[in-house]
Amino acid sequence: MTVDMSQFYQVFFDEAEELLAEKEKLLLAVDVSAPDSEDLNAIFRAAHSIKGGAATFGFTDITEVTHMLESLLDRIRKGEMALTAEHVDAFLAAKDILKMQMDGHRQGSSVDQDAVSSVCQRLHALSQDSAAHAGSAVQPAGQPEKRATGTASTPTQAASASRSFRIELPEVPQRDVDALAAELGLLGEISQSVLDNKRSVFTLATNEKLDDIIAICSFVLDPDDLKITEETASAVAQPEADTAPPAMPESEPGYGFFEPLKSEIEKKDTSATEQAAAMPQSAHQEAETAVSVEGKPFGRRAADKQPATQESSSIRVGIEKVDQLINLVGELVITQAMIEQRTGSLDPILHERLLNSVGQLTRNTRDLQEAVMSIRMMPMDYVFSRFPRMVRDLAAKLGKKVEFITRGAATELDKGLIERIVDPLTHLVRNSVDHGIEMPDARRAAGKDEAGKLILSAAHQGGNIVIEVSDDGAGLNRDRILAKAKQQGLPVSDTMPDAEVWQLIFAPGFSTAEAVTDVSGRGVGMDVVKRNIMAMGGTVEISSAKGYGSTMSISLPLTLAILDGMSVKVGEEVYILPLGYVIESLQPTPADVKEIAGQGQVVKVREDYLPLIPLHKIFAIEPRYTDPSQGIVVILESDGKKAALLVDALVGQQQVVVKNLESNFRKVAGISGATILGDGGVSLILDVAALLRSSRQLTAAPIFS
Amino acid sequence: MSQTAHTQTNAALHQAHSEVSGNEFLAFTLGKEEYGIDILKVQEIRGYEPVTRIANSPEFIKGVVNLRGIIVPIVDMRIKFNLGEPVYDQFTVVIILNIAGRVMGMVVDSVSDVTTLSPEQIKAAPEMGTTFDTDYLIGLGTLDERMLILVDIDKLMSSAEMGLIEEAAA
Repeated sequence: MTVDMSQFYQVFFDEAEELLAEKEKLLLAVDVSAPDSEDLNAIFRAAHSIKGGAATFGFTDITEVTHMLESLLDRIRKGEMALTAEHVDAFLAAKDILKMQMDGHRQGSSVDQDAVSSVCQRLHALSQDSAAHAGSAVQPAGQPEKRATGTASTPTQAASASRSFRIELPEVPQRDVDALAAELGLLGEISQSVLDNKRSVFTLATNEKLDDIIAICSFVLDPDDLKITEETASAVAQPEADTAPPAMPESEPGYGFFEPLKSEIEKKDTSATEQAAAMPQSAHQEAETAVSVEGKPFGRRAADKQPATQESSSIRVGIEKVDQLINLVGELVITQAMIEQRTGSLDPILHERLLNSVGQLTRNTRDLQEAVMSIRMMPMDYVFSRFPRMVRDLAAKLGKKVEFITRGAATELDKGLIERIVDPLTHLVRNSVDHGIEMPDARRAAGKDEAGKLILSAAHQGGNIVIEVSDDGAGLNRDRILAKAKQQGLPVSDTMPDAEVWQLIFAPGFSTAEAVTDVSGRGVGMDVVKRNIMAMGGTVEISSAKGYGSTMSISLPLTLAILDGMSVKVGEEVYILPLGYVIESLQPTPADVKEIAGQGQVVKVREDYLPLIPLHKIFAIEPRYTDPSQGIVVILESDGKKAALLVDALVGQQQVVVKNLESNFRKVAGISGATILGDGGVSLILDVAALLRSSRQLTAAPIFS
Repeated sequence: MSQTAHTQTNAALHQAHSEVSGNEFLAFTLGKEEYGIDILKVQEIRGYEPVTRIANSPEFIKGVVNLRGIIVPIVDMRIKFNLGEPVYDQFTVVIILNIAGRVMGMVVDSVSDVTTLSPEQIKAAPEMGTTFDTDYLIGLGTLDERMLILVDIDKLMSSAEMGLIEEAAA
């Protein structure tokens, strides 16, 4: 029987990708001078699982790299070799290679073989190199090519083998037997024989526990089919077995690592300063020191321990199933609202029991809705975890020292938003490292710590999530921004409040960077950042103090599906305005409304003349009022442009569930979506940006005609 | 001999049956004419509910309604094909269609029944005489005294003329 393995590829890729990300996170967090044994084990496990998976699917290139990685890691975690910064670098490089190979298998993208072999050599060199340090008892690990023959065993493992197992396999293809033999060969000395009924029997002399053997076998076959018996201690056990340090890292009490931490950091800090004072170390290494200190004082480590236990208690579900569930619950909420509305008119005394039950239903539905909505929520850690590496690499490239700190990584956000926030956030972080944080000597001259602090934080604030990127760098330069704005012909004045000046950097093509680097400074980007965030219904604010750094805070709604809306009425129709665009609403006096020949009307609001957009004209509605001084104008702002929208009346403010109009219909100009009101009716959500654009076209058109 | 004839008719019947197993049509009326559409395209039949008008869309697109949480456009075929003055009362019927994964509603005067038509009962549509462009017709179905105008609803609803679907409208 042949099983089509390709159907499982996607599962392997998904899993391997997660493992790689996890590994990278752990590597970046690991303290080189005093690695936590739990972390090393976790890194090792990740490499091992990828290897197992890759071997099963026959991705030999991935297997080779992971094998080298694994054998090196294995020795580090067993304490046979000390972890150095060099190792961390090599491991990170290997991670990138694995990612590339995986993409190669998955999407057929090209794999840079030179890079692969250079990383392999690097890993190999490290394992050779360490053998010299590690003393006579330890010998270099076997090379992967040798391992592939299936019966290779490393002298180290054989030497420390103290137990012998007899493993009887069920009838499986020879390929699986070979794979298993190779796998088990890593644990100790293995010999293989075939029983008369085509079943294979391994005899394994090893130091490992029975559970580990079963775990390895279960990659290939059902552990229940195995027959494993322990035989008497084999003769291969040698005196050295006792001296082998198998449990050294494990015996270290896991809870103790917080205590020595402080002194550790202090020690590092002083040593780093000393180094820098004595002779400028390579920037790469300095940056690394800084990053490796990252996060620890804030207990991130403690939080990182949890995923291992969470893994087993989660299931993978297709996103469309979740969305369907959310839709159905949304429907239930509306039905419930209808019932509530209809029972509201009943006599509370006569129908007491019915009304009680309706109240109960209301509470239950609300809880259910909250619970269902939370399924789509993902922790910000998903986004944050990719930044330590980026900051580390960037800082190294720029020769800066950056201490990267994340806070509130457990804050949850809608999955759809999480995916869309990555790009803008990446941009802001890059900007902070590139422009915000100064070079070490400049910082020293300013009396600041050489290592700049870059803090990425997330927190809930009301119905919003606020994500902040803040640095303690030079801050924004007000004069330079103003000068540049004048140069670009933007309308600015020297007396503008700071907040307005900072907003200027979001103008298209605006950059104050003196030199364009390949990191940032080309002047594209900040406007895109702002536009992306606006598109998600969020806002960006900047606060900055010269010499003390700057903070960009992004405020986003918790989920794309819910929008804070203001309902307005024109004639008999009710429309929803996204509250984010609304500045104020007012009733103008007749004197404030001016006619501009052939170009419609403008409304004077304090000092500004804003174009008047009569909603009834755009949507061809029979309105109650055509005179702006009788109706209400709502002042809207989008892309820095303001306009006044004329409506009959304001109805109220409410959170609405956004429904897509295009899923069953085409796009409608001026409408961004629809929502279902409490009475089951549909109300359309206005596309404010498009309305403002069309109003400009409206007023511009007569000039050319 | 009579037996052979019998077997023949049986075979013919059988053949017809297997061929038309999908050819069930929902019959509805628009004005004075009776139409039929493939039953498999029909999701459900509902009464007419007040719609939310969509500005600047053709008159036959009545607007959108909430169908159990999804927003569904409603078109009135009577307006589209100029079949008298449309009346909306408790007898007005909306056929909810599911076409190419999209859900839409179609207002008609009434729905009568579901009929099975064999290929022999379906005649090619004449080049004239109906309000529908022959491009959108499958043919004419004859059933005793009745004649059904069989509409290729898929083609009609995704046509640029209806403007219901973006790609076609653009």
